[in-house]
Amino acid sequence: MSNDAMHSDDKQITDGRKRYASGVLKYKQMGYWQPDYLPKETDVIAMFRITPQEGVPADECAAAVAGESSTATWTVVWTDRLTACELYRAKAYRVDPVPNTGPGTKTEQQYFAYIAYDLDLFEPGSIANLTASIIGNVFGFKAVKALRLEDMRIPVAYLKTFPGPATGIVVERERLDKFGRPLLGATTKPKLGLSGRNYGRVVYEALKGGLDFVKDDENINSQPFMHWRDRFLYCMEAVNKASAATGEVKGHYLNVTAGTMDEMIARAEFAKSLGSVIIMIDLVIGYTAIQTMAAWARKNDMILHLHRAGNSTYSRQKNHGMNFRVICKWMRMAGVDHIHAGTVVGKLEGDPLMIKGFYDTLRETHTPQCLETGLFFDQDWASLNKVMPVASGGIHAGQMHQLLTYLGDDVVLQFGGGTIGHPQGIQAGATANRVALEAMILARNEGRDIWNEGPQILRDAGKWCSPLKQALDVWGDVSFNYESTDTSDYAPTPTVSA
Amino acid sequence: MMTNYNRRVTQGQFSFLPDLTDTQITAQLEYALGKGWAIGIEYTDDPHPRNTYWEMFGNPMFDLRDAAGILMEINNCRKTFPSHYIRVTAFDATRGVESPTMSYIVNRPKNEPGFGLVRQEVDSRAIRYTIHSYATDKSEGERY
Repeated sequence: MSNDAMHSDDKQITDGRKRYASGVLKYKQMGYWQPDYLPKETDVIAMFRITPQEGVPADECAAAVAGESSTATWTVVWTDRLTACELYRAKAYRVDPVPNTGPGTKTEQQYFAYIAYDLDLFEPGSIANLTASIIGNVFGFKAVKALRLEDMRIPVAYLKTFPGPATGIVVERERLDKFGRPLLGATTKPKLGLSGRNYGRVVYEALKGGLDFVKDDENINSQPFMHWRDRFLYCMEAVNKASAATGEVKGHYLNVTAGTMDEMIARAEFAKSLGSVIIMIDLVIGYTAIQTMAAWARKNDMILHLHRAGNSTYSRQKNHGMNFRVICKWMRMAGVDHIHAGTVVGKLEGDPLMIKGFYDTLRETHTPQCLETGLFFDQDWASLNKVMPVASGGIHAGQMHQLLTYLGDDVVLQFGGGTIGHPQGIQAGATANRVALEAMILARNEGRDIWNEGPQILRDAGKWCSPLKQALDVWGDVSFNYESTDTSDYAPTPTVSA
Repeated sequence: MMTNYNRRVTQGQFSFLPDLTDTQITAQLEYALGKGWAIGIEYTDDPHPRNTYWEMFGNPMFDLRDAAGILMEINNCRKTFPSHYIRVTAFDATRGVESPTMSYIVNRPKNEPGFGLVRQEVDSRAIRYTIHSYATDKSEGERY
C-alpha cells in the first residue's frame, strides 16, 4: 500500500480568509477529514466502502463523501460562516484498505471509510431524512467510482425518536399463542392468476394442514384476475375456517400495497374490519409509506409484514449500493414486525455469516461489533422491539435441521412450493412441514446433535407420517449450492470471497 | 370429532407428534430448566384458540429446579383432571423476553369435539366470524 493512494498532502485550511475565499477547494482543505476526531456517543456513524477514481487518494475520497453527504457543495460559499459549520460538517475520521482488494487480487483497491455525523443533522423519527443525507446525492458523486454503505451506528438518542416495530416478536407470539418453535408459512402459488375463490382454497388447505400463516406475494395487489376486496374476503373465510378446524390462531398476510397512501390505508382498514391479525407491505413503497403503515399498525394492533421486494437491485453487488444489514437497521427503526432476511440454504442469495449478521440486527437487544458477520459497530437497540425475520425461497422439510441450526427459533420458515407442490396435496404438504419442525425441535431440546442426526430424525418421523415421507422422497436431495456475492471481508467463509 | 390430520386441537409445540411419554416430557423439562426458565402447569375444559388464561395448577414453579418433581406435579394434575387439556408452559424472565418460551399439551380428552364457525353476514359481503367451542355448550365441570 503506497502512502499516495491512501493520503494526500492537503491540510485543513484554518485561516478564515483563505478558507472562505471564492473558488474550489479540496474536501480535506475544507475540513471534512478529521483523523483525530473521536466520535461522540450521540453521533450517527456511517461506514462506506469506497472505490476511488484513478488518482484520487482515499482520504480525499472519504472527505468528499463526508462533504457531499452533509454540508458541502462543489465550491466554497461564504454563507457557511453564518452557521456553526464546524458542528454540521460530517467528519471522515478513518480510512482502512479493504482486505483482499487492490494489486494482486481480482478486485480493484477499495477502502472502508468511517464518517461521523452530528445528531442535529437529522430530523427525529424520519428515515426519509436520514437517508436523504446518507444515501442521497453522494452516490452519484464523480470522485468515487463506486460507493457502498456497509453499516451504520445509530446512537441511542436517535433510536429513541423512533417507535420501533408495531408489535415485535414477543407480543406477536403472545397474540398468536405460539411459543418455542419457528412459525411456519407459505406463499400462495401461482403468485399471479388465481381468482379470489381459488386463491382462498390454497390458504385454507395450507392452514388446516398445519401452517401458521399463508402469505400474499409481493406483486399481488389488485389485478384484473383478482380484485383486492375479493382476495381479502375469501382469505379471511379460509383463515377463520382453518382456525376452527385446528383450534389455533391462524393468519394470512394481506398485501395492502397500492398506488397511493389513501388506498393502502383503506385496504388496511378493510383487513382490520375482517379481523385479520396481520397485513403486509412491500419495501418498494418507500420509507415514509412504511413508517406511515407502521404507525397505523401500532394504533390498530396489527402485525406488519414487510416483503423486501427490490432490495437486491442495490444490496447484492459488493462494490456499490448498500448492505442489507443497513436496511435491517432502518426497518427495525421504521417499525415493521416481519422482514425477509434470507434462508442460507434456499434459492436466494445468502452467505451464512452475513445472514447471521442480519438476523442478529433484527432480533438482539444489543449487537456487539463482529467483523466476520459484517457488524462493524457495537449497537445498543435501546429497547426497540425485535423484528421477526422471515426465511423464504426454495426451502423444504428435508432441510429442517439446517434451518433450525442456522436461523434459530424466532423466525418464520416459509415453504411455498414445498407445501403447495406436495404430491398428496396442500394439506399434506403443510403437515409434512409441521411434523418435520416439531420432530426437530423435540430432538434438539432432548440434546441430540440435529446437524448430523437431522436426516435420520426426519426419516424416523416419516415412518409414522406418510406426508413427510413423501416430501422427503420428492425434495430430500434438492439444494442450491451457488457462491454468494455478498460475503464477509474478514473471515474464511464456506463460499468464495471476492 | 375434528377433521384435521390428527383429529385434535393442534395448539402448542408438539401436537403433531405422537403423545409425549413421561421420559420425553422429562427431557423437555430439563431443557427448560437448563435455560433457567420456570415451569407452569395449566388446565382447561375450553380450548378456544383465544382462551388465553387456562386455570393454573399452582403458580409457576420458580424454585423447583428438578424435572422429576415437576413431572410429579404434572401427573397430579392429570389425576385431578383426567379429561381436561393440560399444558406445560416455560417462562423466561430475561429482559427483552419476559414471556412464555415453551408451551405444549401433555393431556387431552379422548374425544375432542372441536369448534364451530359462526358466520354473521353483514354489509358488502363482509362476514363477522365467531369461533365457538362445542365443549362450552355444557356448563363448567361437565364438559368431558
